[in-house]
Amino acid sequence: MGKNRALMPSVSLKSILFGSLILLSPIASQAASPTLDKIKSSGAVTMGVRESSIPMSYTTGDSRFDGYHVEICRMILGDIKDKLGMSTLRINYQPVTSQNRVPLVQNGTVDIECGTTTNNTARGKDVSFAYTLYVEEVRIAVKANSNIKTIEDLNGKRVASTTGTTSVQLIRKNQKAKDIKFEEVYGKDHADSFLLLETGRADAFVMDGSILAGNIANAKNPKDYKIVGEPLSVEPIAIMVRKEDPEFKAAVDDAITKIVKNGNMPKLWNKWFLSPIPPKNIIVGLELSPATKNAWAHLNDKPAEDYIAK
Amino acid sequence: MALDFGIFCKNTLDGGVVDHCFSSIFGLASNSDPSYLDWLVTAWGWTLLVSGLGLVIAIVLGILMGALRTLPDTKVTYRWLLWLSTCWVELFRNIPIIVQVFLWYYVIPAFIPPLKSVPSFWLVSIALGFFTSARIAEQVRAGIGSISSGQRAAATALGLTTLQTYRYVILPIALRIVIPPLTSESMNLIKNSSVAFAVSVPELTLFAMQAQEETSHGIEVYLAVTVLYALSAFFVNLMMTLIEKRSRIPGVVSMSPNAKLAH
Repeated sequence: MGKNRALMPSVSLKSILFGSLILLSPIASQAASPTLDKIKSSGAVTMGVRESSIPMSYTTGDSRFDGYHVEICRMILGDIKDKLGMSTLRINYQPVTSQNRVPLVQNGTVDIECGTTTNNTARGKDVSFAYTLYVEEVRIAVKANSNIKTIEDLNGKRVASTTGTTSVQLIRKNQKAKDIKFEEVYGKDHADSFLLLETGRADAFVMDGSILAGNIANAKNPKDYKIVGEPLSVEPIAIMVRKEDPEFKAAVDDAITKIVKNGNMPKLWNKWFLSPIPPKNIIVGLELSPATKNAWAHLNDKPAEDYIAK
Repeated sequence: MALDFGIFCKNTLDGGVVDHCFSSIFGLASNSDPSYLDWLVTAWGWTLLVSGLGLVIAIVLGILMGALRTLPDTKVTYRWLLWLSTCWVELFRNIPIIVQVFLWYYVIPAFIPPLKSVPSFWLVSIALGFFTSARIAEQVRAGIGSISSGQRAAATALGLTTLQTYRYVILPIALRIVIPPLTSESMNLIKNSSVAFAVSVPELTLFAMQAQEETSHGIEVYLAVTVLYALSAFFVNLMMTLIEKRSRIPGVVSMSPNAKLAH
């Protein structure tokens, strides 16, 4: 008996140890986020940015980058730096394009992409998206003296959009659904599409509202243009991170929750969309949409497909 | 890595499956939405159209300008024509092709309003044609320069006018000599036609950029486009070899005894 008694605690201690190991192991492996480890060991992080997506993410010259999403990302990274107990964190900016942004996040060149990427299910197979902080509405820009008011008015007109964007497919769908016919013209980038509208080679430019507003703000005479019609589609634009690192995504989402809770979002919106922004001190002039307001109130990472059902 | 070429059989509206891969252009499936394969073939057609028009313009103007550059400077008119052709070559050879395309599309129509109603594929064809004509002109000039001066002297001795000398003596030989570089130039023109995407001609490069965004299958899309570009250029090579063989005069031009494919 005495022997047994002496054995029993040792066995139970072993089992406790073993059990706690099993319990601990998933936590341990989850905590081993490759991105967070890399940030901690190298003291640096790579942020993917866009060259000319005013005001979301763009260069202000001299390889400096700024914008609504870029500033939010800097706040997120600041929060992560504090969480990791680091004194300094160097941010490297890596310009990305529509074509290479997903591969660069997948292969680890870019740790966090802060541009204008639509969160959709197709991309969701390759990458993860943080909570949406900006909901884009695809709109129609026309000359101020144009009599185009709705998508139906585009019948028989020339409609510009930018090659390599989802808007091109969207206007095709609308032609089919509304049973209208118009000539599609394509610009090689947004500035080019806007030039098509400016030179009269297109009667309308269909694109994300923020891009239209940015281009109009940058035009020689912004009063010559207006944005009309109901939104043709609603898409969540989100910060993109690696898919295989849920721990890092959780850290980013936590930081976003904190930023929103602290009431920073209306200030950020005002700064980037309604006030003069560098480098040319233009005002984008895009009012806060109910859809974006809703995204702040109910933080989520739903893909664009879930917005259509709504 | 797994390639999925099934994307070419999806429709271009929502990526749904279509009844037949060639659903709209050949009328194989009635009333169906176009598939990406339809779009690819249409895009190829635009590439061939722009290149074909450009090639005709380039060859006609290239031969003309090349010949003018070799005129003897004996008359005032000839000196003017020499000056004109030299300017032509230097102007169109020294400006990058994409800049020329933009000039034709945005800048020149601003000064000549009627050009605004000209379809963009015509403007691109003109830009490509003029650009290539400058290069062909130099090759034709080199070809003419390689003919011994005795030919020209003999033609003059026979009482032929300058125009007749070029028409019956110099050009028939010179053009046969320049077929090999002309082949390369024609193939270059097909490849250069990819700049047409920049002014909204829905050709292969525009298709590639747009379809890879819509389908997220960039590798398959670019592979298909690469194959079509290579096929088109190879076809031109084949045709030029055929022309070279058929037009050969035994004993006159002995540059390539057996006209082979690779020039």
